[in-house]
This record gives sequence, structure tokens and C-alpha cells, in this order.
Amino acid sequence: MNDGRRIATVTQINNYIKAVLDKVPVLQSIWIKGELSNCKIHSSGHIYLTLKDEGAVLKAVMFRNSAALLNFKPVDGTKVLARGRISVYEAGGQYQMYIEEMEQEGKGDLYARFEALKKKLMQEGLFDEEKKKKIPGFPETIGIVTSPTGAAIRDMINVLRRRFPMVKVVIYPCLVQGENAAQSIVKGIEYFNSKRKTDVIIAGRGGGSIEDLWAFNEEITARAIAASDIPVISAVGHEVDFTISDFVADLRAPTPSAAAELAVPDIFEIKNFLNSSHSRMASLLKNKLSMQARGLELLSKRSGIVNFPRRIAEKEQTIDALYERIMISYKNKVELNEKKFSALCGKLSALSPLAVFERGYCAALKDGSLLNSVKDVTIGDALTVKLTDGELDCNVTGRRSKE
Amino acid sequence: MKFEEAMKELEETVKQLENGETSLEDSMALFEKGVSLTRTCQKLLNEAQLKVTKLIAENDSEVEFDTENI
Repeated sequence: MNDGRRIATVTQINNYIKAVLDKVPVLQSIWIKGELSNCKIHSSGHIYLTLKDEGAVLKAVMFRNSAALLNFKPVDGTKVLARGRISVYEAGGQYQMYIEEMEQEGKGDLYARFEALKKKLMQEGLFDEEKKKKIPGFPETIGIVTSPTGAAIRDMINVLRRRFPMVKVVIYPCLVQGENAAQSIVKGIEYFNSKRKTDVIIAGRGGGSIEDLWAFNEEITARAIAASDIPVISAVGHEVDFTISDFVADLRAPTPSAAAELAVPDIFEIKNFLNSSHSRMASLLKNKLSMQARGLELLSKRSGIVNFPRRIAEKEQTIDALYERIMISYKNKVELNEKKFSALCGKLSALSPLAVFERGYCAALKDGSLLNSVKDVTIGDALTVKLTDGELDCNVTGRRSKE
Repeated sequence: MKFEEAMKELEETVKQLENGETSLEDSMALFEKGVSLTRTCQKLLNEAQLKVTKLIAENDSEVEFDTENI
């Protein structure tokens, strides 16, 4: 049947070749350098890809368990170092690499340096919370150490203009990536500390690769931030990017825009505070005046001094005039700024006498009229006490006069 | 008057008024003072315009920074 020829099946030959390859020790665990192409992340979690260089390609697969440990997303064009074994995929009739671990070329080194410096500076106490300086509430000047071009500075200026245009911004233009960037950032921080004092410094840049952000992971940058007498807010890259500068800074902002927000108060909150202070003072004064007027009225009733009604009328006029003035100033404000109209309406209600109750005061009434003196009460009288959320019926069991 | 000082003084004034122990005359004076402080702050806020300069470290000078064409 086989005419003396040795005939093998496809399966047999693939199995044979696989067995041959699997016996080569060096192929069982080898590091291979190459560039990723044809990366496909399958829904199963396995990654299929090709490693290539100028002259050749090598098919590879990274199974789910190994792929889960990757610290970067494999995309075509990335230069990588991959470790794994070379074997045969019999069903496909091809040999391929089974990758167990993979790192971006050159990155392993950067991660190691990052961790080492982080550990060193942490042990020195440079990240200690108690060393962090407080960011001032109302800065007059902000020094920004960053590139004078690009989205980061534009975003920061926009936020500052919107939130707190009272601040003066001074930019120290510096390099934020490349060989001389760290030196340039250090000079900026030192310049603000020695020659152009500001109330706070923002040091940062927009997003980029770990290499792009590296200047903020350099030891000289970290030490300059730590040595700054002026509080420093770090603002490097995106939310997910953490740099050594972030750990050593007095405050870490997730992005440059966020740094600008953290550096200044919000003008609308301040305006609200001013408006509420104004109405608060008006209502406090009005209460005071009312109490005073009631006191006079009472006094005049008792003493029968003829002049008093006139003086009461005068006081009342003062109250009315003051009230008018308060109302007019509100009206002006409403006209000036329609946006705050609804907020102001809410505040006007603070002028109501009920607001006094909300502060914990209460009023005692006898037969429906307000009590002003203990002398108007005899032991055993039934009184009604009004509070902010209701009334109490009380009996007088004792009486103490101040006199 | 600086903005921060005015804000602090305003807070202080409101607090004193809230205290309620002051005489009518003093309350009136505090109210007047508070209102004037509010006005000062509002004026400063309304007039504020962000100023941005760029440092030229070589000769320790500052120039206006063109925020329109970044």
C-alpha cells in the first residue's frame, strides 16, 4: 500500500515538528525585541499579534492570563520586549510565539527609576503631609511654570479669567519635555522664590506619554518643589498620570485646568456671600430697631410722657427709611444681575420676623398679645410660646425679675 | 483696601451684628460699615480683569502675555 515509502499524515508531521521545537531549551523562554503589528484583542481576552523588525515577522499570541498583567495597551507600532516560548500551532500549521510577559522597550527602566526615586524621597520625608503648605484662599498673584504655548496654559488662563479675574498671573515660560526640561522647570520655581514672589505656584503641563512627562519625575524637579517657600500646585498630564512632582507638591491637581480651579476661589460664590451678608445685616438691624421701638412704646405707655409718641414715630420713620433703602439696593442688584434674582428672593424672606425664630429665639404670648416684661405675668398664667416650628402651651410656675 | 482684608472685615462685622449685644447706635454704625465693605468688594470684583504677564528671565523683566493667540 505504501510501496515502501514512509508516509506521514499532516497531523503527524506537525506534531513531530512541534516536538522537535519543544526540545530546544533556548526556545522555551526567550526575550524577543520587536515592533507590534496586527494587534487584535479578542473578546476572549487573548491577544493576537505579530512581532516584526525590518526583515522579518513572527506570529505571536498572548493568552488572557498573561495579557491581564500588561501595564500598557498594545497598539500597532509600539516597540516592545516580549518573553515567552516558541512552539507550533498544529491546527494552523505555523510556529508562533506564546508571550508570557511584555513591556514597552525602555519603559521598564523608567518604571524602575520612578519607583526608586519615589521610595527614596518618601523615606526622606519629602511627601509628609505636615510639610505641605496651605494654598492661600485669595491669592493676588499666581506664578505658572509651564510652556507658554499649548492647551495647558490656555486652559489655565481661561479658568482663572472665569473664576477669579482679580488675580495677576505671571508665566515663567519653560521647556516641559526633553533633555533640558527638568532644569528649566527648576529655574522657574527658583525664580518665583527669589526674584518674583507670588502667592502660589502652579507647575505643570498637558498630557503625554511617560517620556513626555518625565521632567516631572526628575529628582531636581522634586527637590525644587520641596524647597519652594511658595506653595506649589502640581498639574501634570491627565487624571491618571501620577508623577513624583505630584507627591512632593503641596497640592496635586489632576489636570492643569483643575490646578487653576484649586488655586483661586469662585467669583460667583463670593458674590453670593456678599449678597447674603448684606441681607443678613439688614435683617439683624431691622430686628434691633423693631425691638427698640417696642421698648419705647411700652415705656411711653407706662410713663405717659407726651413726647414719646413723637419719638416713636421718628424711630419708626427711621426703620421705614432704612427698610426702603435695603429694598432699593436689592432692586438695583436685581436689575444689575438678573441671574441672581431667584437667589435674592430667597434671601428677602430672611427679613421676615420668622427668621428670628429660626435662630432659636421664641416669643411668649398672653391672651394673644406679645409679652415684654415679667411684670405682665402672674404665677399660674397660661402662656403660649411660639417657636419656629410650632407653639407650646405653658403655665407660669415661677417669676424672676432682673431688678 | 485689599480684597482679602475687606472680605475678612465684612465677616467680622456680620459676626458682631449677629452677636446682638451692641447698642442700637453701634448696630447702625456696624451696618453702615458692612454695607460699605460689601460695596468695596463688589466694586473690586466687577472691575477686575485678569492680567497675564510673561517673565523674561534673562533680563528680569515682564511683558504682557497675549492670551488671544496661544
